[in-house]
Amino acid sequence: MYEIDPERIDLAREFRAQPLGRHSGELQRVLNRMRGGPNAGRYILVCTERHKEWRLGRMGARPGDPIEPVPGHVFHSSLEAEWVVFKLRWQELTGRPLTLD
Amino acid sequence: MLEIVGYADRHSVRPGERLKIMVSCEAGAKRFRAQLARLICGDDSPIGPGYKEQPIANAANGDYPGRRQTIEVGSSVVVPPSPHFDTLHSFSLQAFVWPTLPGRGRQTILSLWSEPGRTGLALVMDEDGGLALLLGDGKHEEIVRLGAPMIGREWYFVAASFDADSRRVELYQEPLARRARDGSAALKQATVNLTPKMPQGASFLMAAHGAGEGDSPLMAGHFNGKIEAPRLASRALTRAEMEALKQGVPAALEGSVVGAWDFARDIPTDRIHDLSANRLDGAAVNLPTRAMKGHNWQGEVFAWTQAPEQYAAIHFHDDDLYDAGWQPDFDLTLPDDLKSGIYAVRLSCGERHEQQAFVTFFVRPPKGQATAPIAFLASTATYIAYANSHHGWNDPLSEICYGALIDLGPTEMFLDQRPDFGRSTYDIHADGSGSCFSSRLRPILNSRPQHRIWNFGADLHIIDWLEASGQAYDVITDEDLHHEGVALLAPYRAILTGSHPEYHSRVMLDAIEAYLGRGGRLMYLGGNGFYWRIAWHPSKLGVIEIRRGENGTRTWIAEPGEYYLACTGELSGLWRNSGLAPQALVGVGYASEGFDVSSYYRRLPGSFDPRAAFVFEGVDKNERIGDFGSVGGGAAGLELDIADRLLGTPPHALVLASSERHSNVYVTTPEELMSAYPGIDGIEDPKVRADMVFFETPDGGGVFSVGSIAWPGSLAHNHYDNNIARITGNVLRRFIDPKPL
Repeated sequence: MYEIDPERIDLAREFRAQPLGRHSGELQRVLNRMRGGPNAGRYILVCTERHKEWRLGRMGARPGDPIEPVPGHVFHSSLEAEWVVFKLRWQELTGRPLTLD
Repeated sequence: MLEIVGYADRHSVRPGERLKIMVSCEAGAKRFRAQLARLICGDDSPIGPGYKEQPIANAANGDYPGRRQTIEVGSSVVVPPSPHFDTLHSFSLQAFVWPTLPGRGRQTILSLWSEPGRTGLALVMDEDGGLALLLGDGKHEEIVRLGAPMIGREWYFVAASFDADSRRVELYQEPLARRARDGSAALKQATVNLTPKMPQGASFLMAAHGAGEGDSPLMAGHFNGKIEAPRLASRALTRAEMEALKQGVPAALEGSVVGAWDFARDIPTDRIHDLSANRLDGAAVNLPTRAMKGHNWQGEVFAWTQAPEQYAAIHFHDDDLYDAGWQPDFDLTLPDDLKSGIYAVRLSCGERHEQQAFVTFFVRPPKGQATAPIAFLASTATYIAYANSHHGWNDPLSEICYGALIDLGPTEMFLDQRPDFGRSTYDIHADGSGSCFSSRLRPILNSRPQHRIWNFGADLHIIDWLEASGQAYDVITDEDLHHEGVALLAPYRAILTGSHPEYHSRVMLDAIEAYLGRGGRLMYLGGNGFYWRIAWHPSKLGVIEIRRGENGTRTWIAEPGEYYLACTGELSGLWRNSGLAPQALVGVGYASEGFDVSSYYRRLPGSFDPRAAFVFEGVDKNERIGDFGSVGGGAAGLELDIADRLLGTPPHALVLASSERHSNVYVTTPEELMSAYPGIDGIEDPKVRADMVFFETPDGGGVFSVGSIAWPGSLAHNHYDNNIARITGNVLRRFIDPKPL
């Protein structure tokens, strides 16, 4: 399995600059690792106001299990959420917080 | 969570006709309001054209009392009440079973049981997954358990007998496969302390038991898995007699057999045939899956029509659903002069998004009339295929395919918690098996405006553009096309598809082919079209069936030997596997998909051929085509089609333009790959593109295909003044012109 190199801050910068669209091969591997795997515990967005507000949640162990809210995260754009979840996953997968600038 | 939902009894209606509207106020609203509206645009996103509707005056508009209506989900077989059931004392029950969720609660295999009355008998798979016999005399219940869990997805012969004189019970659970270290074979003899009383006037049920009072049909204890060759006898048979009864009704047992049901008969229907002299025929309820491999399938026959006796099993699911069966809240009679179009009854029990529902339907022109030179063919088979789909979040591959976080709105949160609203053909059942059927006779929560720009919502972008262009149009539907064939299309100079006309029966494809062969013109304004081969249920309106076969972009895969449709006996799967790839019909066929961002087209040499000059009037030779739009920012996106001579693209077809620079999230579809290999994404694989194609058909007809689902999302850009709208309009005008192409 691909392991994310916590030294490759350049890939995080690339993602922050453009969360959607064409990415370098190495960034795509990072994203595949973050987005792959089973659904249990997967970060998802719960839309709380149509086109305006989203909150963060995590999926349960099985389909139909309640979404577990992740407090402290309210988003006003999906791209904002992509970056926050990227950082959360980076820390979970590398054991290191992601700090840029 | 949604607070109001509803549906209509019909999808396609004519002016002057009547619909019944069924509504449920899920959060207890005491009243709701109904308003008929003509739908123009469903896209209420900040980057879209905005939500547009025209309210239509109607006597049915107004306030109504709210109530909550429930859905009985789960399939079964019901054999109507018979004196043979009422008078049972001793008995035997037997069947082959292939359980799929042993250990997930008690599940009833065969029953003559009243849960509220605590009377009767039920052969069940108990909480531990082992066979058990439940008996009740109205005061007490007694259960005899084997205590040996069955293994999921393995065949067993199961049986129970009861002798009333001795109160002796025998239970048999016999795995059909011989394997080492298998502890699931079990038998038991026991004496019980009661003599069961049969519930009087009760139905004999398979895969469920009766849980209602009086006339209530409520059922419970639904079984997940296959049942085959169920038998009921009026005395305690010996094991040898049970063996003899497996294959039919031997003469020696005729006097003892109450019913011997053969699921291999009448497979395309809901009829359940009793082989016994009693002829206690039953009916399948809520669309369990028929034409399923039985215990005797050996991998030599693959079409059930060739050996029905090897397809004598029915697969039942506790989340199967045909008809929600709600009581109508009001009738809606359409005005005689109502224009053909896409309509909805907007239901509201408040102002918030969750308090608004749309019961959508399609109004055709009056019978025998075309009221416009063109018709928009609404992809109702696709809408039904995706009805109430859960795969967008339940499938672990969703996020990696979207290239973006999963976003659950009120509709998805509601469906996530409400299996009673049924499955789409994209979903798997609770037991992991694929959902082969989908029905429109239930609230379809994802075919509405102000929802995702996908299928129904995306198709409204085409309607919005037609309205903005002042172009008269009629609306017809896939279901109409299946029932009426080419006669439905014949009055029109041109037919416009939606963004995603993915599902077609043989009749539908034949009709389009015949139309094109007679000078008709088709504008295929989407992608991934003409892809899956389906059947419409021959007797139950509004139901489609599919088997997702050996290739294709799938969310589940049918079991080997189960690729043929129960409704018709046809091979399902991709039309490509039936020798009719989409390229042969419309010049392009599905090759890749991705869902993060869309891209644009560039003109190719074919676009400069004089035959195609009309397409590009007003478009510069170096223009990027469609580098804008409300679907991913481009006209080439989501699911993409390409031309391929070897798959049937006509030799004279002009490839006018191709898209380029798709992202890593776009990948080639499996049926395009001989084997798995690196380099199949949008950056590396040249097959990841949309081709725009034009070709002439006999007698002056023609086809224009854009090969991209995202195309309609670009029509409204810059107040409808853009090169996507220009090209679409150029083609439309030329296709309306009767001069042969």
